[in-house]
Amino acid sequence: MTRVDTERTITVTVNGVPREATVPVRRLLSDALRHDLGLTGTHVGCEHGVCGACTVIVDGAPVRSCLMLAVQVDGSEVRTVEGLAHDDHQGGQVMHPVQEAFRECHALQCGFCTPGFLMTIAAGLEGRDNSVEISEEEVDEMVGGNLCRCTGYANIKKAVHHAAAAMKDDA
Amino acid sequence: MKPAPFSYADPGSLDEALEVLAEEGAKVLAGGQSLLPLLSMRLAAPATLVDINRVPGLDAVDVTDDGVTVGALVRHHALLHHDAAARVQPLLARATANVAHPAIRNRGTTVGSIAHADPSGEMTSVLALTDGSVTVAGAAGTDTVGWRDFFVGPLETSIAGPAVVTSAFFPALPPRSGTAFAEIARRKGDYAVCGAGVVVTLDDDRRVTSARASYVSVGIVPEVHDLTEAVAGAPVEKADWAAAGALARTLVEPDTDIHASADYRRLLVGVLTERTLAEAAAEASARATRE
Repeated sequence: MTRVDTERTITVTVNGVPREATVPVRRLLSDALRHDLGLTGTHVGCEHGVCGACTVIVDGAPVRSCLMLAVQVDGSEVRTVEGLAHDDHQGGQVMHPVQEAFRECHALQCGFCTPGFLMTIAAGLEGRDNSVEISEEEVDEMVGGNLCRCTGYANIKKAVHHAAAAMKDDA
Repeated sequence: MKPAPFSYADPGSLDEALEVLAEEGAKVLAGGQSLLPLLSMRLAAPATLVDINRVPGLDAVDVTDDGVTVGALVRHHALLHHDAAARVQPLLARATANVAHPAIRNRGTTVGSIAHADPSGEMTSVLALTDGSVTVAGAAGTDTVGWRDFFVGPLETSIAGPAVVTSAFFPALPPRSGTAFAEIARRKGDYAVCGAGVVVTLDDDRRVTSARASYVSVGIVPEVHDLTEAVAGAPVEKADWAAAGALARTLVEPDTDIHASADYRRLLVGVLTERTLAEAAAEASARATRE
């Protein structure tokens, strides 16, 4: 018999760490990350899939976390902006090349949309062969689903090129 | 902006899904990229969501010479990058490239957007333009429903009672034919103010024998408009695509809404029709040379 629930306990690996949460089934993934798991780096903008601020990476693919239910990621791997940087084993952290590029290119101003951009671009660049130079069209396609209302896209696009070049050298 | 409370089931088989769907107020959840916004804005408040993502056998793209069958769990992203499907029916990749943004295409399903029956959806109009059909599994068994009988109104299909649309079939592009798809949107990936998909077919002497179009965000259900009379028999290089665009403007019945007036949409229908027909004709001509 199929279980019909109003609440479920889910296990999800977030940024490499297995986490468990008991959530009402209507809980959006974006809210589960912020409220149930305390990861407030994922920002909630429009809450209906238009702005892209809440973008996270689920099982390798960038998705809008406001357009998924938390119960749908049971057993999945989720990466959020908190998981982009890695430890330098001296008590500090090393920023992801996309974060570094955003700093370098001044690709953020108020910062509200930034986590969504970072996750979208990180997934996009990690999923491509960066030895091939990224085209302007590809950059537009990559960031076109994310809204920024203050920085403007010029510096964000510059950061994508910058990060792509850095990731080519890293590879 | 939070969904109203509901119950949730994620059955492991189609039969179990149909069982839960038989309950009052139950609704299918596949990709959820249209459904979740409706829930969050409380435009829909189903009692139970039946998540079909664990149902096996619904995630395949089957390509034959006759056409492409797309399973209910195939994401737009997968169809967009399916080379074999694009060879048999090029409109699939062309249209899915216009569906929202990459992050939404990663979750959203092609069949789900058809079952959602939004007249602003690209794949509803492609199903119509290719003269496609859907397979509907219900309590009484499985039915194939042609697109004309499937789309009843905006966000409304002919499905009655508990059922799952398990696949959509898009017939192959005929020989000596070409296609094109284009949209006008305020931001690329947003809902189109107007979109157009077209198919042009030539005869052995490269004269136009058929020119058909289907539009996005124009009218309340997908329709196919035959524009052949404006260009019939014309050599492909000399066909008057502007005349076909003018004809299209007289055939459509767009509505005015917050995004655009009916008159502006009608204008766009003319512009996009002329542009896409010329592009499709060039492709038809190139294919005719190869075939």
